[in-house]
Amino acid sequence: MTRRDETSPVGLPGERDPADPADPAVSDEEDPGARRRERVRKLTAAVLAVAVLVLVPVMLPNPTITSIGVFTLIFMTGATAWNGFNGYSGYVSLGHAAFYGTGAYAFAMLAKHVGLQPGYSLFALVPLAGLVAGVVAIPFGVVALRTRRHQFVIVTIAVFFVFQLLAYNLSWLGGSLGLFVSQPSWPGETFNDRYYYAALVVLVLTVALYVKMRNSRFGLQLCAIRDDEDRALSVGVHVGRVKLVAFVISAIPVGMVGAIYAYFVGQVLPQFAFDPLFDVAIAVMCFTGGMGTLTGPLIGALLLEPLQQYITLQFSASAIYLVVYGALFLLVILFLPRGLIPTTAQAWRARRSVTPEEPVELGAPPLAALRRRLVSGGGAR
Amino acid sequence: MSAALEVSGVSKSFGGVRALSLCDLQVEEGTIAGLIGPNGSGKTTLFNVVTGYERIRQGEVHFRGRRITNSPPDTVFKLGLGRTFQLTRIFARLTVMENMLVATQHREGWLRSMLHSPHAPGERRRALELLEFVGLAAARDKPAGVLSYGQQRLLEFAYILVADPQVILLDEPASGVNLTLIEQLADRIRDCNAEGRTFLVVEHNMEFVMGLCDKVTVMHQGRTIMSGAPEEVRAHPDVLDAYLGGDFPRADELAGA
Amino acid sequence: MRAVAQGLIDGVLTGGVYALMAAGLTLIFGVLDVINVAQAILVVVGAYLSYTLSIHLGLDLFLGLLVTMPAMFLFGAVMEWGLIRRLRGLHQGDFVVMAILASYAVATITEGVLDLVYGPNYVELQAPYVNRSYVLWGMHFPEIYVFGFLMALVLLSAFYAVLYRTRFGKMLRASVQNRTAARLIGINVDRVAFIVFGIGISICAAGGMIFGATNAFNANSGADLVSRLLTIIVLGGLGSIGGSLIAAILMIALQNLVAVVWSPIWSSAVFSIVLISVMVIRPNGLFGRIGARAQ
Repeated sequence: MTRRDETSPVGLPGERDPADPADPAVSDEEDPGARRRERVRKLTAAVLAVAVLVLVPVMLPNPTITSIGVFTLIFMTGATAWNGFNGYSGYVSLGHAAFYGTGAYAFAMLAKHVGLQPGYSLFALVPLAGLVAGVVAIPFGVVALRTRRHQFVIVTIAVFFVFQLLAYNLSWLGGSLGLFVSQPSWPGETFNDRYYYAALVVLVLTVALYVKMRNSRFGLQLCAIRDDEDRALSVGVHVGRVKLVAFVISAIPVGMVGAIYAYFVGQVLPQFAFDPLFDVAIAVMCFTGGMGTLTGPLIGALLLEPLQQYITLQFSASAIYLVVYGALFLLVILFLPRGLIPTTAQAWRARRSVTPEEPVELGAPPLAALRRRLVSGGGAR
Repeated sequence: MSAALEVSGVSKSFGGVRALSLCDLQVEEGTIAGLIGPNGSGKTTLFNVVTGYERIRQGEVHFRGRRITNSPPDTVFKLGLGRTFQLTRIFARLTVMENMLVATQHREGWLRSMLHSPHAPGERRRALELLEFVGLAAARDKPAGVLSYGQQRLLEFAYILVADPQVILLDEPASGVNLTLIEQLADRIRDCNAEGRTFLVVEHNMEFVMGLCDKVTVMHQGRTIMSGAPEEVRAHPDVLDAYLGGDFPRADELAGA
Repeated sequence: MRAVAQGLIDGVLTGGVYALMAAGLTLIFGVLDVINVAQAILVVVGAYLSYTLSIHLGLDLFLGLLVTMPAMFLFGAVMEWGLIRRLRGLHQGDFVVMAILASYAVATITEGVLDLVYGPNYVELQAPYVNRSYVLWGMHFPEIYVFGFLMALVLLSAFYAVLYRTRFGKMLRASVQNRTAARLIGINVDRVAFIVFGIGISICAAGGMIFGATNAFNANSGADLVSRLLTIIVLGGLGSIGGSLIAAILMIALQNLVAVVWSPIWSSAVFSIVLISVMVIRPNGLFGRIGARAQ
């Protein structure tokens, strides 16, 4: 019996990493205690991380820092949601900026017509704006998902440009002047904090959503689709529906952070709300951190968004930003093909493992006993 | 005996090429049927038509009395018709156990499938039993991509069984597999058949087919040219013509010359 | 009615140039499985190169092509050798998607560099024939468009000749059909690859010159062009050169028609609307290959 080389297939983005604590592939039947301990460990880490994030505006009350913080949280959410679709399904969308902009515009328009005073209550419109983005994602997804992978990317780009075109040209969307959002009159030093915490709430909810999804049957089906779509279809996975649902779900958090952005900045301009670089930025973050892992996009955004903000603040000219971002992306693609998280995890495992893996043996099963169990255990049709 | 699978008058063309031409095939319930024919005779195309990967404009497919012509693959699977592919297709990045768990056993809305863990104990137990049945239980937490080719074939066979199909189409199950495994595979097929499952097997390995199947159908250039017991088919001159191209003199001609 | 006819004429003539640019794009996809999203910005690079040559050296635009085309061929060859080839080794499974993202990255860098070097101001290529028109039957045929159309015809014919009458063309077509098999029969697929990429990019130089002579452009002009080129090749069917030709002329003519009959603002929407409609009805485009290609 020949044994295939034990290394896993060539590093493909989206490969789930067994060292990632969120990965459900850890066998639990022999040792339920180990699984429970794992979950406790994971939960503790998450709570600590959230605690740190909560304390940032308190420890560093500088408005510049908190402003960077708001954008970082926004991108962490966006990256998680984007990865939630792209990383798990293998379909890469470069049009999610359309949902960001939709959320921003939806918020601006709702804010204008709802008649609430600018203040905390307007934050209630954020989930609504997210829902609008989700609804918009339905026709978008239906059209785009009819195609296979490389056409899909192009279609998402094209549809995104339609959104941008509409934003520039429709008068009730403000045209090239955009829409204004009235801002509350909170004190200057702590103005950003409210948006920071709002974004943090959205982030936590989004991460929780994707943790749940990853450990669910739905998440498994999505991964199966990524590996072999036709095969998934032939084992009963309703591929079209699963893809569409995943796509629409990924649009909602992006719409919500778009709304927070609109409220934060106070003005929704088509070139910023529908910014083609949004998807590139998120793609870079996800690839840097590791596509398909849960923590990858978070780490990627945490590292890169402050950098992006810094560059924007230092050199207001966006040309340098383009060059840096593009170059960074190329470097990541060429030298960190699986991203930071899987690469470091693999290096960690390589250092820890001492015993070689056992060969995969085939056993001859005791037929009679098994046959009996199969006949009795099989479901009647 | 009723027909588990009935194909009548199926024709399929790709552009100018007639892949299938008025094919007729019956597989009786509880039997192991074989489908043989030279390369290009249309066997895999017929499988694709039956399982919904190719649409046809002419002909009908019935599964246990129920019309499944042009039904999509996931519907066909849920009705109880499973199939393997010529080039083994498994989910390489999922673990062996996860491969087993992907095959859903009942229709479920997407909302509920988001809430349920794939590791429900009942399904896991069944998956484990099936893995033991094919002898892959030890590998259950390994990514399926690291299995050898023969092991992947067994995995494919196993996860088809997860959904408890009544009829199973096997597309060249013995190709690329070493002799020991071929024997094990034949044994597994017989075991499943003993429980009442029906099989239709496409194969080039004549010994495998002749030793396993109750009835053999022969295809040639998109047509089903004959059907019968293995011994009949083996000696039939039309079958020999199909495989050898008719340029070779027949044994009796040689003897008589 | 006259305006409509004029719009159609302009459309067909311009369409020829778009066809040329799209042909390069679809060729690269056909042979290399790469959707070069950077094609549009490289067209702008071609325009800027022609601009520099004409302003600083006083070179005639068409003569300048003798410099810019080989230069961009080199750029294309280097890009294939340094980037695409390496990607193929790293990311076999998701190569197509990674290549798109990589070319997106190249496009981003290029746009930034152009903006830094040339600044944000719009420029346009000048030459005596840029503003002149032939007048025939009361219709205007702008000279630059006519020259561009003729050049596109010449280049595309040369293309077809190479593809179907030379041995290199045969090797190229073999690599398109089945890369592995081509390699097995001794075709140096790598050499074919970088030559094809080089050709695809050098076409951008030609297209860029015409583009620059007929539009005011700056570093940002690639954005609009990208969606048009992508629409054209998807419409024509990824990998089909004839398809992209027909699609280009059809789309540009249609766009011009919409601009004349309805409003110029929505004419660019035509592209996206047609793309979406085609995606719904015929996801593989008009002449696209159906299903996965054997590799």
